[in-house]
Amino acid sequence: MSQMATKSSINLPQLLKQLLTILPTDAVLYQEEDLRPYECDGLAAYRQLPLIVALPDSSEQVQSILRLCNKISLPVVARGAGTGLSGGALPHEQGLLLCLSKLNSILSIDKELRIARVQPGVCNLAISQAIEHLGLFYAPDPSSQIACTIGGNVAENSGGVHCLKYGLTVHNIQQITIVSIDGELITLGGTGLDCPGYDLLALMTGSEGMLGVIVEVSVKLSPRPECTQTLLAAFDDIGKAGDAVASIISAGIIPAGLEMMDKLAIQAAEDFVHAGYPIDAAAILLCELDGSLAEVASHTDAVYELLTISGVTEVRIAKDKQQSITFWKGRKAAFPAVGRISPDYYCMDGTIPRKSLAQVLQTMAEMSQQYELAIANVFHAGDGNLHPLILYDANIPGELQRAEKLGAAILQLCIKVGGTITGEHGVGMEKLDQMCVQFTAIELTQFHAIKAAFDPKSLLNPGKAIPTLHRCAEFGAMHVHHGKLRHPELERF
Amino acid sequence: MHPTHNNLSEQLQNEVQQAIATHQTLTIKAGGSKDFYGRDVVADKILNVAEHQGIISYEPTELVIKARAGTPIKAIQQALVEHKQMLAFEPPGYNGKATLGGTLASNFSGPRRAYSGAARDYVLGSSIINGKAERLSFGGEVMKNVAGYDASRLMTGALGTLGALLDASIKVVPMPEAELTLTHETTIDTALLKLHQWSQLPLPISASCFYQGRLYIRLSGTENGINSARQTIGGELLNSAANFWQSITEQTHPFFQHKPALWRLSLASNTPVLDIEGDTLYEWGGALRWLKSDVPLQRIRANSYLKKGHSTLFRSTGIRDQIFQPMPAPLLKLHQRLKQAFDPQGIFNIGRMYPDF
Repeated sequence: MSQMATKSSINLPQLLKQLLTILPTDAVLYQEEDLRPYECDGLAAYRQLPLIVALPDSSEQVQSILRLCNKISLPVVARGAGTGLSGGALPHEQGLLLCLSKLNSILSIDKELRIARVQPGVCNLAISQAIEHLGLFYAPDPSSQIACTIGGNVAENSGGVHCLKYGLTVHNIQQITIVSIDGELITLGGTGLDCPGYDLLALMTGSEGMLGVIVEVSVKLSPRPECTQTLLAAFDDIGKAGDAVASIISAGIIPAGLEMMDKLAIQAAEDFVHAGYPIDAAAILLCELDGSLAEVASHTDAVYELLTISGVTEVRIAKDKQQSITFWKGRKAAFPAVGRISPDYYCMDGTIPRKSLAQVLQTMAEMSQQYELAIANVFHAGDGNLHPLILYDANIPGELQRAEKLGAAILQLCIKVGGTITGEHGVGMEKLDQMCVQFTAIELTQFHAIKAAFDPKSLLNPGKAIPTLHRCAEFGAMHVHHGKLRHPELERF
Repeated sequence: MHPTHNNLSEQLQNEVQQAIATHQTLTIKAGGSKDFYGRDVVADKILNVAEHQGIISYEPTELVIKARAGTPIKAIQQALVEHKQMLAFEPPGYNGKATLGGTLASNFSGPRRAYSGAARDYVLGSSIINGKAERLSFGGEVMKNVAGYDASRLMTGALGTLGALLDASIKVVPMPEAELTLTHETTIDTALLKLHQWSQLPLPISASCFYQGRLYIRLSGTENGINSARQTIGGELLNSAANFWQSITEQTHPFFQHKPALWRLSLASNTPVLDIEGDTLYEWGGALRWLKSDVPLQRIRANSYLKKGHSTLFRSTGIRDQIFQPMPAPLLKLHQRLKQAFDPQGIFNIGRMYPDF
């Protein structure tokens, strides 16, 4: 950190002058009212104005900007659409916010190779929309897909409801081009399926903007399945629902999506969107199967049978696409639904081995009583990714602190059963504390060495993702006050 | 065959510590099945991980197996078969000698790779000894995990140059209910055309190969699913298909009699037939091409299509020097710095991949 520019050493007028040799006037923002929209990402509890915002529209400009930042030791934080939930794109007080939203072109679509070459600011859903007529789609579908950008998806290794079957971002990209902190353009991956050398494509994926700035991504496209089928199953006991998940997986069926909600989440969702959920149920499972007509028919029969054996109280099979959408509606609206029944909630993102589900839910129920705060659970059951939503009221003194302590206890429970503190939201600023629990000092030191190999002066997104050994940051989270989630238009699941 | 249980982590760590203290270099070895692969390493000592064996945990309902690096791939596959599961990347077992550690270090995958992913795609976590003789764990045993850099995937394919793998957690998948292989007598140009037409459709293709005028397509899935796909693909049903695919995976097919040199070419799948004298076997829908040729290395690498892809001298009898395609300077610099970050004294497998590290 000592090598980083200090506030006093940065001469703003001079920096501005240098940036204006690279960018046009309207692509450099420095007045407070212009900086304000960039002060936070989807984790609005953390806010910070950057020193300056740069909006390049070419990779050459990105190269020049990084060369300049490296020369004057100015911290750089890259940002896409700012929909991240862990504060990964939180600006640096004395740094430049590199906003990549103008790099938003789909450069080419190769139907034969099933590859789309896109700039980092292209929105996730825009890719699937651009290739729909070819019968193809881009599989990773984070819930914010109508707004989040592909560059951010790579930086966070985004998942989504369908990653159980189709994999995460790391499984669905073939090549990226990055700009290193010294301004070099480097291509990672290749046109073939593999290449010699270290797997830097994988290392960059999920590296939260700490190693380089992504300026181009070649994504793999998948053929759209012939058909999909959705089943909704209700249980009078959440343990039985967990067993049903295990029995589907052991039967050799990998659903496209397998989601669970507990009683509180079901009731909140039903009150909000009236999806017709069985509100007496202790848990519901949503199971989406896709593939060829023949395959989906066999799997639907098999899953129906398995659910029956697992002691389901009710199974509904969607009659058509409309009913399938209705089944999903409540699940997709679960976060805002919870926002309606509680002044504030606090979203966690732990992942656990599925076998520990009953135990973890039981312990969470006890913790909920102990901390006197309700928890609603929505859960990517297929891959063990939990999103417990802790309900609290920030206006009641002490509740926020209790919610944070409960959240920390839940994440530590996830680590204890062999899981992880973050399945898909990233560490960012938010989970630096828990990183200290999950990793040893020597592992964190190794992470810092990886960072230094790419960025010796620690100028790229400094202070995020990997805590220093001397610091375990104050615990933070996705705080939502009176339902005022940043980007309320986005589905959050 | 059940692997023996033997945890040598501490002993291996001591050996690395000693190597650091005495300024000796190490070459990591387990089953020795891939001794032919990569550049020649001249090291002071062998770090033998072959006896560091055993399946640490296997939870069929979690789709995860965790095993020590010296565990034979064959032993892992046998444990999985009992629960109708498998390694999705279909790695070669090399007569039972291939180990989990070596398979990951070389990122070797078989015919299914183009359709299900490579070894690196299924790595969930690993433990290693780095060049400071420290034991580190990365990733975990759950499907989704974005805490920390993905050092486990970084180790995959690093040929042991960043450290010694101790154990790894691998995602496994259910075995398909049914499988069949169809063949077509055709030309390579038509075969590539068809492969690309089919790849745009949601068909349950799990392997493809073209050799000597015959295209082989394997379908895997539900009984109904593969029968309906068979109508689209057409062709003759291949008897003893399992033997055929095994001969491709294990490189025991007569084609792989590697005289004089066997090249592994990784290219965009729609690259046309290359104008290089030799015999070619195609896999992965055209994206992997095995070339037997005595054309000199410089001339092969000068081919304009190969400049856009990657050529590896997979097996050869001569001096093993320029095995992997040279990389651009900025990329090489990153490799050297990462090597430095994991192995600052330069102990592990120096020169196995590239001369400098």
